[in-house]
Amino acid sequence: MSTSAPARDAYAPPPSGSPQTSAAARRQKWRSRLWRFDDKASPYAYIAPFFLVFGAFGLYPLLYTGWIALHRVEMTGLDQMQWVGWANFDRILHDAEFWTAVGNTFLIGVMSTVPQLLVALGLAHLLNYRLRASTFFRTIILTPYATSVASAALVFALVFRADGGLLNWLLHFIGLGHTNWANGHWTSKIAISVIVIWRWTGYNTLIYLAAMQAVPTDLYEAASIDGASRWQQFRKVTVPSLRPTILFTIVISTIGSMQLFGEPLLLEGGTLGATGGNENQYETLSVYLYNYGWNLGHLGPAAAVAWAMLALLLIIAAINWLIGRFVRKSAV
Amino acid sequence: MRITRTVGGRRRRAAVIATTGLTATALLLAGCSSDSSDSGKSSDANGKITLTVADYGQFGYKEAGLFAQYHKLHPNITVKEDVTADEKVYYPKMLQELNAGSGLADVQGVEVGRIKEVVDTKANDFADLSKVINVGDWVPWKEKQATTSGGAVIGAGTDIGPMSLCYNTELFKKAGLPTDRAAVAKKVAGGWNSYLQLGEEYKKKAPAGTYFMDSASAMFNAVVSSNAKQYYDASGKAIYKDSPSVKEGWNLAAEAASKKLTQGLAQFNDPWVAALRKGTIATVACPAWMAGQISTNAGAGNKGKWDITTAPGATAANWGGSFLAVPKKGSHVTEASALVKWLTAPAQQAAVFKAIGVFPSNKGAYDLPEVKNAKLPYFNNAPIGQIYADEAKTIPEAVIGEKDGVIKDNFSTQINNMEQRGTSPDDAWSAATNAIDKAIG
Repeated sequence: MSTSAPARDAYAPPPSGSPQTSAAARRQKWRSRLWRFDDKASPYAYIAPFFLVFGAFGLYPLLYTGWIALHRVEMTGLDQMQWVGWANFDRILHDAEFWTAVGNTFLIGVMSTVPQLLVALGLAHLLNYRLRASTFFRTIILTPYATSVASAALVFALVFRADGGLLNWLLHFIGLGHTNWANGHWTSKIAISVIVIWRWTGYNTLIYLAAMQAVPTDLYEAASIDGASRWQQFRKVTVPSLRPTILFTIVISTIGSMQLFGEPLLLEGGTLGATGGNENQYETLSVYLYNYGWNLGHLGPAAAVAWAMLALLLIIAAINWLIGRFVRKSAV
Repeated sequence: MRITRTVGGRRRRAAVIATTGLTATALLLAGCSSDSSDSGKSSDANGKITLTVADYGQFGYKEAGLFAQYHKLHPNITVKEDVTADEKVYYPKMLQELNAGSGLADVQGVEVGRIKEVVDTKANDFADLSKVINVGDWVPWKEKQATTSGGAVIGAGTDIGPMSLCYNTELFKKAGLPTDRAAVAKKVAGGWNSYLQLGEEYKKKAPAGTYFMDSASAMFNAVVSSNAKQYYDASGKAIYKDSPSVKEGWNLAAEAASKKLTQGLAQFNDPWVAALRKGTIATVACPAWMAGQISTNAGAGNKGKWDITTAPGATAANWGGSFLAVPKKGSHVTEASALVKWLTAPAQQAAVFKAIGVFPSNKGAYDLPEVKNAKLPYFNNAPIGQIYADEAKTIPEAVIGEKDGVIKDNFSTQINNMEQRGTSPDDAWSAATNAIDKAIG
């Protein structure tokens, strides 16, 4: 959108010079005032819907959650709020399970984000070359993203099931042992990471692909005249041009992995899912929050967890920003 | 822009169209939502109403054909059932719906492990049934559990869970154990210790890939629930850490886990269901309602392979049992209360017992021949009427607490950990008590 459009005042009728108070002149004056008001106020009216909706469904819940976090509120009596100050935060910070959940969230986050972005980058690079039916491949690669979390998680739950699961059956077939995937500390995290990678790789591929299309082709042509191989072109041309995009996907993926909820909840389902496994081995922060609030019915600590998650995200964002600044500096 | 009459006319017409559209949409939406949640609408044009019953596990009404029967008796009423497999999933959902004031069915099931909490915190949300049902009809301790301090009765007892032992005769035969009811009962007459001994005997010649029991958590629950003193004392204080019955059950479970007598499955989860279907489990500690779970999950292919005998030991246990409650917010409270009264009446409890083996809590049912002489076809025609009636006579009046259900679930989870991962009993105990303290606090 261009912002250099001439101000609408330029088209305003000239103010009547004569001090006559005829009806026409009054109307004229009134109209010009309206005109100016319209000019000043309209933009606010246009952006108001978003802010109203955000206020009702974003900001208010955020603040009210903070208010709940300072009270004792039980699922069995929502109308009884008892002020406890910082006790809820104290309680979750002294809960070993909370730190388990923090650790799990980071581990699963790293285990799912890093391979996912690397694979996405590679795929995007391949799709960026001229190849037959490229549109077909570009569409296919996005299909996992179009499935819902629940259906993907449920299907993978069948794959990773210990008894009668597809994966164990295959492993058994090639003579490898029987693994209780959901039960192991590492295997359960691997299982969840696989679901995440499967769903989001295509999405990131498309983002990278879009960015690659914007890289001028003469750079590649120049590189290939200089005798650079495809791999060298990728390293020396593509990746540097994609730096801001890569940073963007890292930020998005970080926020996404922080909120990981459906996959761990549905890997085993039922009450095991709600506690992130029987030893909380794959309990993420969202699942911890859910279990505290919805299964144990203690909404105060659950709200405190929500705010703790926000604090963690802000810390990660700050680290990201610092790294980004460092990268930009070193690139110069 | 010229302002003329036609514009006003057009505008009015637009308004009419918009209003009509909105009304139509609203009506459609109302049509989509369930009867229980739309306010004020008591019936459709023909005076026909639909009542929904939300429950969990196996209540057996469908199996006994009671809903169809009720529709025959009251042609204007159709009853629909909304079943959640796992009560642990069902209960938090019900609490949320109570708080939201929507999404509730006309009749909601409440498990005995939760009834105290509901009575203490949510009694105002349920209709008082004390005028509808006759509390004296039930076994004495049953309706007490659903009575508030003010004397309101918020639930009608459906079943109780006298304990028995379900065993797989096919596996017993392969392992060289007796399959006759009396002989098995004699083997475990010494109590749960002799049950474990039988387990070791089974293990010696067990068919590959089979286990003596599904999970020691079932045995733990059986042991705890055979005592009057369980997780709470009479004053409402949680005493589960020092309760002798909990200690006894825990030690037995730890022994079973260390001797690898169990498959270590979390009960009612998918793998447990799959194991029943595959037939890898030789015995299940069986409160009356468990038989229904086994027959449903093991499927028609295993019919006649299972049998039921007296539970280990001499003390009777009651594990579980439920209530039917009527939320006040429903739009058919009167009809729903009448349905609850009918469903929990002796004849209907007897019918359900006959269908899936959940044992009546209404005393009037005990004298009915179909209860006295009841046999479960699926379980090799086991004389369950006799087995459960003997047990039910000696069930102690247990003290129940607000978080009984939660405490039981957490102990079960940690018992599963001892079984599956070989967690040491001490570590599992501290993990369980930590989780329970968090849940109670």
